[in-house]
Formats: sequence, structure tokens, C-alpha cells
Amino acid sequence: MGLTVPVSLSAKKEEDFKKEFSIRVRGEPGQAVTFVLSGRLALDTFKPFKNEIFALLDRFSPASLTVDLSGVTFLDSVGALALVELEEEGKARSIPVELANAGKDIQRILGIIDRAALTTPPLKTEEKLGVIERVGEGTITFVDDLVQVIAFVGDLVIALVYSLFHPRAVRWSEVGFYMKRAGVDALPILGLLSFLLGMVMAFMSSLQLKQFGATLYVSSLVAIAMVQELGPLLTAIMVAGRSGSAFAAEIGTMMVNEEVDAITVMGFDPIKFLAVPKVVASMLVVPLLSVYAMFFGILGGLLIGVFLLDITMYSYIVETQKAIALFDINSSLVKSAVFAAIVAGIGCQRGFKVRGGAEAVGAQTTSAVVAGIFLVIVVDSLFAVALHYIR
Amino acid sequence: MADRTPVIVVEDLTARFDDRIIFEHVSFEVYRGEILVILGGSGCGKSTLLKHMIGLYKPYTGRVLINGVDVNTRNEAELQRLRRDIGVTFQGGALFGSMTVAENIALPLKEYTDLAPADIDLIVKMKLGLVNLAGFENHLPEELSGGMIKRVGLARALALEPTVVFFDEPSAGLDPVTQVELDLLILNINAGMGTTMVVVTHELQSIFTIAHRVVMLDKEARSVIAMGDPRHLKEHATDPRVLAFFRRQPLSQWQKES
Repeated sequence: MGLTVPVSLSAKKEEDFKKEFSIRVRGEPGQAVTFVLSGRLALDTFKPFKNEIFALLDRFSPASLTVDLSGVTFLDSVGALALVELEEEGKARSIPVELANAGKDIQRILGIIDRAALTTPPLKTEEKLGVIERVGEGTITFVDDLVQVIAFVGDLVIALVYSLFHPRAVRWSEVGFYMKRAGVDALPILGLLSFLLGMVMAFMSSLQLKQFGATLYVSSLVAIAMVQELGPLLTAIMVAGRSGSAFAAEIGTMMVNEEVDAITVMGFDPIKFLAVPKVVASMLVVPLLSVYAMFFGILGGLLIGVFLLDITMYSYIVETQKAIALFDINSSLVKSAVFAAIVAGIGCQRGFKVRGGAEAVGAQTTSAVVAGIFLVIVVDSLFAVALHYIR
Repeated sequence: MADRTPVIVVEDLTARFDDRIIFEHVSFEVYRGEILVILGGSGCGKSTLLKHMIGLYKPYTGRVLINGVDVNTRNEAELQRLRRDIGVTFQGGALFGSMTVAENIALPLKEYTDLAPADIDLIVKMKLGLVNLAGFENHLPEELSGGMIKRVGLARALALEPTVVFFDEPSAGLDPVTQVELDLLILNINAGMGTTMVVVTHELQSIFTIAHRVVMLDKEARSVIAMGDPRHLKEHATDPRVLAFFRRQPLSQWQKES
């Protein structure tokens, strides 16, 4: 003549229909108690079921517990896990727990739960690093990276010099392909950008020069800026974004797919095979792109000069010609080729650095663009100093 | 075992990419709790059929129903429920390389349930025990062997307690011992949880170990050429292509004899 407390609970989850279970309790608190379960014990009822049955366990704190499973209509492995947990909890409170009236299906599912696995500690624990350790690690990574870049530059220079003396060893069809990718395909966007840059420069400088009645000098200002600095720089940044990243992603994915390993064991040098065509193509095409960018920059300036500043087209062109020396163009072409080597080289180097999977490809691609632009600007300032003394 | 209630119904399915027909007018059913193996020689469209069954490819004609829901339904809510009702293990494992084993398995649980983190950890431990990988929570996929990766893939596929699990070439690239272990694991989970399983493979040993029924595709016929119990087919099939496959003999020999 036990006291019967009907407790029923339905999980309040969006759509669902059959997500219901109920627990009836037979017995007095502190004595032998039976929980009669019925309904569905599954992933979607795990949380309410666990809360409910542990609350009941607390309330009744029985001397012994029998869990009657005869009414359970559906049990999955998560539901079985809840029952196993109940048993473990009973063991911890030294309450004997018995699962009774389990049907065949239920016994089978309970059978595949590996109880030992639930308490197995992880074989590997992540260690937390302190500030000093992290600074040390960062320094080591930085120095490693520097050493790798220097070693790669060495390898690349050797490969390029070798190619210079053995031009037939270069895969020229690849070079052509990458010249189209990095060069021809970049023409529309690069033309537009430098055109707009030239316009902006002419317009902004005219605001100041107007005060001195010197708007005619807008033409030489735009010409000098575009030819000596902005043309090559804008082109290099553009190529870093478009092609440096693409090289890194391409070689990185080949690393992940073991294609680079295949190249190595087939007797090819990955640097000669993959990096040289990209670097050579960039060094050939980027100086041309620079000249193209200079032209469109000057054209943008011309448009502003002629239509807003009342300079005649003839005098704008004459002033532009006067402002540019052949030396400037030559040095800019050399500078562009160096930028191209940096951007393409860093792109390839970051690609070869990829280890692991998709995430590493992304990280190294980002790094290729950031490091490429950074190095281009550093080298540009070195050029500025050097050219100042050479001139 | 199987109680003849169809869980998956494939109706008049034709797969076609541009002008190339992979297979046409394929119809069969998968019953509750059974392990159905889709087999056939290389290039016959086994994997294509699997991708149609899980709704990754749109059929040219026909349709696939899982638990009565069209896998290409436009009804978002239905599609969501369907996706939670099936688990897929991919050929290469397709584990997320930047996440640990535990995070891989916990991902669907975190996204689709409102369980407490401690409960999710416990469920992850249970699933790892299910695939005999207790203790490997904090390993990254790159630190695991091929067989372990497949087993983690299976644990992830089982995370939401699906009623159907699909396997794409589970034993590809594994050594014989690991293959058998994986086969036994599949059988154990099928028997224990009653999960319906669809397996694409051409490993004969696996087929005889796990398959309740097989569906055999053929490249030239572009459709199903045999269906049924593999042990029965091996002895009693009349089609030379089927016999050649099950007895591991070159097809030319059977053509000469017949």
C-alpha cells in the first residue's frame, strides 16, 4: 500500500509530438522505492528526464531503487546513457539500483554502452601556457619563420639563377598561364583603380595649388607621384592581393593533398617546378602592369586638369613630359620587378609552409598577403633612400 | 532485424550530368533496421546514388523519400528534421581539421540541442566508447590513423541519434584487420540501436560480413542488375556480371562459358 505520486512531464520542444515520458513512483521515502518509467527516453527528452529523475531520487532517497522499464516505448543510446548515469549515481549514494522488466531491445541498447569509457580520462590534456612561455613561443616562431624565409630566398635565388642559364628547364607554358592570370586578368581593375587615384590626386592637390595660382603644376605632381611611387606600389599591392594569395592557396592545397610530395618523389624540385614559373611570370608581367597603372593615373589627372582646372591638354602633356626623366621610369621598372619577386616569392613560401588542413591554407593565404604588402613597403622605402643617392 | 517497413524509398531515380547518364530508372526500398549495401564496379555510380539519397544532388527524374519526406523538399522545417534524422560518414572522414575529436562530435549537439555542456561532454564520452575510442577527446584529426578517423566520423554521424546512417566506402584504404573491426562495429551498432544503414562499398569481405541485402549497380546497364541476399546471389545468380563480381573472376571467363 504505497503512496503513489504521479509525475508527468512533457518536454516543451518546438514541433514535436512523441517527445513524452512519465515517471510514476511507488513506495515510501527512505524505503524500497520503484520508479515506473514509460514513454520515450531519447536525446530530446534527456534533459527533462535527468532533472526529473534526479529530483525524485533526492526527494525519496530510497533504501533500494527498482526502475521498471516495462512501459518504455523508445530508447536510444542517449536515453540508455541517462539510465546508466542513474545507476552510477545510485552506486555513489550506495543505493542498490535495479533496472527491471527491460525488453530485449532495451537490453541490447544498454549492452552497447561502454561504462568504462564514461570515466576514462582524456589521453591528451591541453596545457595552458603562461605569459612568459607564450612570449618565448612567439619569439621562437618568429625566428623560425625568419630562418625559413631566408632559406627559401636562398633556394629561390639558386633556382632562378639556374633557370637563367638553363632556360629550357623552365616550364614556359606555366609561365604564360600565370602571366595571363596575374597580368592580363588584372588589367580592368588595376586600370580603374589607378585612373581614380590619379583623379583624386589631381583634385586634392589642385585645392592647395590654386591658392598660389600654380594649378599647372598638378600635371607634374601627378606624373612624378605615379611614376616614381604610386604606380609600382599600387600594382604590387594589387598583385599581392590577387596573385600572392592565389599562389599561397594553390601550393597550400597541393601540400594538403600530398601533391608536393608526389612532385618530390618523381624527382622534381618543388621550388623549380612550382615556384619558379610563378615568380618568373610575375617578374615579367608586373613591370608592364606598373607602366599601365602609371598611364591610367596620368590619364585620370589629365581629365581633372582639362575639365576642372582649365589647363589645355597640350600644356598638361608637355608639363608631364618635362616632369618625368627616363631614369625614373627605368628605376621604377626595376623596382616593380623586385616587388613582383617579393610578392610571388612570399606567396609560394607561405604555400609550402601549410601543414594540416583547410584552416592552415586560410591562415597561410592571409599571411602571404600581409607579409607581401609589408615587405613591399619596407623595400620601397629602401629604394627611395638608395635612388636619392644614385641620382 | 528488418521488419519490412520501408524507411527509404527510391523511386524511378535517374542521375544525369549534362549529357552523361550515370544510371536511370532505379527503384528500391530500404527497410527499418537493415543494412543495405550498394555495390558495383568502379564508375558505376555508387557514390552518385548515395549523394542522391542524402539530398546532395538533385535527381534528373524520380525522387528519394526518407521516413516519408522527399530529400529534395523545399520545405525548410521538414528538411531540417530530415537532416537531423540521418547521419553520414564520408570516405575521407571529413572531420573538421581545426577541431578536436570531442568538438567534432559535440558540434551537432551544441547546434541542435539545448543540453548543458557537462551533459554534452558525457554524451561525447559515451559515443567515443561506442566506437572504441575512449580517451581520444582532445586529439586532433591529424593525429589519428585512418581507421580512427572513420570511427570518429561514425561517432559524429551518430551524435543526434539518427534513424538512418549512410556510409561512403567505410573500409576504403584500411588494412584488413581494421576493416573487420569497423565491420563488426557497424554490425554491433546496427544490432544494438536498430539503426538502418546504407553502405556503399565494393569490399567483398565486408559485403558478406555486414550486408543483409545488396543492390548491385552496373556501369553498362546504367541501372540495378541484382538485388537480394549476397550469399544467395553468389550461389544462385544467373547474370554473369553478378557472378563475376561475387566470385572475383574476370568477366571474360563467364562470357566465354555462357
